Amino acid sequence: MELASAQVIGAGLAAIGVGAAAAGVGYVFGAFLQGALRNPAAADGQQGRLFIGFAAAELLGLMAFAVAMIILYAR
Amino acid sequence: MAAETKIDPMHQFMIDPIYGQLGANNPFAFTNSSLWMLVLLAVITGFMLMGMRRELVPGRWQVAAEGIVGFVNSMVHASIGPSGRAYLPWVFTAFIFILFANLVGAMPFAVVPGAHPFTVTSQFTVTGVMSIVTFAIVLGVGFWKHGLHFFSLFVPQGTPFVLKLLITPVEFISFAVRPFSLGLRPFIAMFAGHILLDVFGNFVVQGINSQSAAGYGVSALAFVFVIFVNALELLIGAIQAYVFALLTSLYIGDAVNLH
Repeated sequence: MELASAQVIGAGLAAIGVGAAAAGVGYVFGAFLQGALRNPAAADGQQGRLFIGFAAAELLGLMAFAVAMIILYAR
Repeated sequence: MAAETKIDPMHQFMIDPIYGQLGANNPFAFTNSSLWMLVLLAVITGFMLMGMRRELVPGRWQVAAEGIVGFVNSMVHASIGPSGRAYLPWVFTAFIFILFANLVGAMPFAVVPGAHPFTVTSQFTVTGVMSIVTFAIVLGVGFWKHGLHFFSLFVPQGTPFVLKLLITPVEFISFAVRPFSLGLRPFIAMFAGHILLDVFGNFVVQGINSQSAAGYGVSALAFVFVIFVNALELLIGAIQAYVFALLTSLYIGDAVNLH
């Protein structure tokens, strides 16, 4: 297999991780919304924690994207 | 059949010297990144000066500026505590710099030929240096306030001894990775968003160039998609600035309060 073809396939495989992180981010916001609808009074105080969870989940997806880019443009 | 053009989404991140490069190997030059940082400086200064005129009845600028300052102030107060005001300048600087860099970088100035905006936060050198400053503050404040007791940050309170042996290295690794993840996050978010915009913008142009019905359909779809991605990009830019400021104040709060 040529290097260029292998790079494209590898980058595509690495991009699967971005979809997995999408599931994680969706879970974070979904769980927050469930809790917030049950106790709306406490929801505003937890927004900082919401975004910490969001940042942690999103970072892994961004890293998958970075790995895909490194594979795609590596020489 | 239109000419085959290869999409080059990386070209927009090139840093080119536009003025004053002294020699071929001289790394010091006035680049497009420097130019856009100066533009940012002017925009932020103008925004804050317009908001700091201290009118008795606040106008729109003053409400906007006071809103941003109050927002960052309450965030710093919530995560550091009463002594957090001392760290407000850096957290506010980081917040407003990343916010304006992300928003100005997403503006469609390129309708004027040659006026491509450059998103300075799409370079890891910029965001990485900002996270290094944050961690210089964290380490400096931690060792200044607590001395060698600062290392108790890595040891969780009230856990059995065997678990402490396991958790302490994990906590240390988590702490050591933080500078990278803090700087990586705004950088990759901008990088990925701009690559997406570039690729789909190229789809619009190539679809029109193909001069076929299917090509025009692809162009229209890609154009709608670009509009929505642009809106998402503005949202992501604001969220990344918020997350950077939030994590900065949290890490400083850890160093100040030690749990």
